[in-house]
Amino acid sequence: MDGPDVGWYLIVAAILFGIGALGVMLRRSPLIVLLSLEIMLNAANLTLIAFARQQGNLDGQIFALAVMAVAAAEVAIGLGLIVAMARRRVPLDVDQASALHG
Amino acid sequence: MGNFLVWVIWLVAAAGCLGTGVAVVSMTNPFYSALALIGNLASLAVLFLLLSAEFVAAAQILVYAGAVMVMFLFVVAYLGGQADAPWAGGPRLVRGAAVIAAAALLVEIVVVLGLAWGDSLTEPADVSSAFGSPAQIGEVFLTDHLLAFEITSIVLLVAAVGGVVLGTTREKDAA
Repeated sequence: MDGPDVGWYLIVAAILFGIGALGVMLRRSPLIVLLSLEIMLNAANLTLIAFARQQGNLDGQIFALAVMAVAAAEVAIGLGLIVAMARRRVPLDVDQASALHG
Repeated sequence: MGNFLVWVIWLVAAAGCLGTGVAVVSMTNPFYSALALIGNLASLAVLFLLLSAEFVAAAQILVYAGAVMVMFLFVVAYLGGQADAPWAGGPRLVRGAAVIAAAALLVEIVVVLGLAWGDSLTEPADVSSAFGSPAQIGEVFLTDHLLAFEITSIVLLVAAVGGVVLGTTREKDAA
């Protein structure tokens, strides 16, 4: 295989996942929390595709496509929720949306 | 020579990927965050291409950087760019704990990778040039993974119906 070993891709994916996790935990705007979630999903996708190349097996790429479809569904629902929040004059702040707090 | 070129492309794509990732979580304006995520998805598509996943890279650009991000930008434009302070998430204790949790996760993954490095990670399988082509993906999807394919279509249908239900304006909450 030309270029970097699969391990280098996995390290990039790990760092990317960490960045996304930080975004989800630290940001308060629900829009940016959703964007950070996308980063985490894509880091997982990169790992799946790296291992698919490593093993010479297409199942990992199929899994990545399924993750992509689920991510599209998640964005549709998440954005619908955010628009519904904005329409009901709920402040767009995930720390204040705590009505279902346990 | 070809090897060197692949390394250069990999370095540019990986640096772009990480840089735009940091930009997404640190921008105050969600609009710029969404634009940075498009750059992130595009550089990830380059990494997918280097891993001979041509179809997934194309789907990444079309579905993610195209459709999903356009939807995102529409919602950001609808809500107006409401800037929020970048690192204002809760009290200082919570922020510290979040950073520690993310760092622990990262260290854990890198250590596991380091332990496995010598064995199997450095000897990738030999694959033909058709690996990851649309024809092969389609064949595997419609034979071995037919159930996953059908369930994905149901998930997308449910999400579409859910989006319509959430977006419908009723008389009482139209302000």
